[in-house]
Amino acid sequence: MTHRLLGLGLLAVVLALLPLGLPNNFYLDMAILAGLNAIVCVGLNLLVGFAGQVSLGHAGFFGIGAYATAVLVSTHKWPALLALAAGALLSAVIAFAVARPILRLKGHYLAMATLGIGIIISIVLRTETRITGGPDGMIVDPLNVFGFEVYGERVWYWVVAGLLLVTVWLALNLIDSPVGRALRALHGSEVAAETLGVDTARFKAMVFVLSAVFASVAGSLFAHYAGLITPAKADFLKSVELVTMVVFGGMASTFGAVVGAAILTVLPQLLTVFQDYQHMMLGLILMLTMVFMPKGLLPTLAGLVQARTSLGGRR
Amino acid sequence: MSALHRHRTDALPEEPPASAPRAAAPLLRVEGLSREFGGVLAVADLSFTIAAGTVHSIIGPNGAGKTTLFNLITGVYRPSGGRVLFDGRDVTGMAPYRLAALGLSRTFQNLQIFMNMTAVENVMVGRHRHLDTRLLPALLRLPSLVRRDHAAADRAAELMRAVGLERYVGTDAASMPYGALKRLEIARALAAEPKLLLLDEPAAGLNATEKKEIGAVIRRIADTGITVVLVEHDMKMVMGLSDHILALNYGRKLAEGRPEEVARDPDVVAAYLGSHG
Repeated sequence: MTHRLLGLGLLAVVLALLPLGLPNNFYLDMAILAGLNAIVCVGLNLLVGFAGQVSLGHAGFFGIGAYATAVLVSTHKWPALLALAAGALLSAVIAFAVARPILRLKGHYLAMATLGIGIIISIVLRTETRITGGPDGMIVDPLNVFGFEVYGERVWYWVVAGLLLVTVWLALNLIDSPVGRALRALHGSEVAAETLGVDTARFKAMVFVLSAVFASVAGSLFAHYAGLITPAKADFLKSVELVTMVVFGGMASTFGAVVGAAILTVLPQLLTVFQDYQHMMLGLILMLTMVFMPKGLLPTLAGLVQARTSLGGRR
Repeated sequence: MSALHRHRTDALPEEPPASAPRAAAPLLRVEGLSREFGGVLAVADLSFTIAAGTVHSIIGPNGAGKTTLFNLITGVYRPSGGRVLFDGRDVTGMAPYRLAALGLSRTFQNLQIFMNMTAVENVMVGRHRHLDTRLLPALLRLPSLVRRDHAAADRAAELMRAVGLERYVGTDAASMPYGALKRLEIARALAAEPKLLLLDEPAAGLNATEKKEIGAVIRRIADTGITVVLVEHDMKMVMGLSDHILALNYGRKLAEGRPEEVARDPDVVAAYLGSHG
């Protein structure tokens, strides 16, 4: 348990000190985008890393959150938090509706089915021009919470950093609970989990919905922050990007998901080579990760440190 | 329910509980059970009963249908025909997790350990049906949930001690030796507090010393009043532990009865020696 709080405390310190080291708003902007991606990845990692169920469609839920906010706040003048909640609810309902049938599938079949969901969502967003503005996207009003307008990179940074901390805290709590053990168990052996009383279909649906809600909330905030949302943020390549972040950072490692999201958000912005060939680079990183460190960055590093400092330490 | 657990602090009591029914109504009744795989009957029109509080062994050559029978009883496979009654209820075709909730627990011939977890967490999954498994309390780590989780961890550690795994409590399951994992599955199955425990070849792959130890563990489990169904090839263990033996061949009942009767049965002897007479 102390182990758990130690990691959370460390993350809090890093997030608190980070703005001091960032010279201008360009870097702050990167940190905000990395934080929003990290929120999605921590949720996605619960599904992919811990429960072992792949999803190639999670950008779709990010898109639902973003567009729910865009449409409800900008067009219908709803309060921002209500729109965010409505987007999360819509994502949850859609995730729940598809979860039971598709999460019975395994491996490639599940990957294909989730890919299909992502594609459907992104096509709807692209073609319902009257509501969503089509491929050109929509302008989104700034985030306004009870009359207080969240404006400027510095304020946004603290909002996202706070939310990321909460997200990580929730995820760590979940993993170390009967629900978290049920999720890891159905990853380890579905048949054994079932015969021990775990309703695997229920828990798969639960984590699928939860990860969709995390993605949706991040999407809503992104829409406000960026002020513009396009269907590209909900498409297949964005889904692949998210999965790559999780795999690169380390599956079944919550802090790994944060690190993976941070590095793969920042790298393309800093390296122009990376930016020009972004998707090729993502593919390359995914391949190299699978070949050279299949456990992902953070668990591999942790393993190296552990091997160096002691024999047979704790996890 | 939780009060009961608090009182049951001893992992494996020396004496059977006074209320434990000995040889009362059958705990498990199998009637005309069949399972077909692509035209081949792996289990064919099989009927038998298992009395509460006994050790019941199922023997037979490889491919006799023993593991298929386990999978049918525990709901992993749906039967093609016939019925399974557990504790007086028709449970035919019921999902495994529901059967687990009724008090059915098992181990696997090929280990089904959660290799992505520590040993004690494996056993704690066995406590699943006794814990708070709602999402919101878990996300918020409510104190009530944490308290019960700590109790579950203590109980899991006790069970590991009871099967001789005390030194592996915090170890990653993936780094434990094979013999220890066989016991870990037993501890995990016991954590569910089953009425009926099905053990699928618990001694397979173990050396003579380990076999003896696991035999003693099974004996102690049976002495606590848990009904045990054992699939095992080690005849010494089967003869030493069983109250009753069911011999299968080609999915059909070959013989049934007390160990010494079954051992003398000409059909059983023939099946084991490969005679075609």
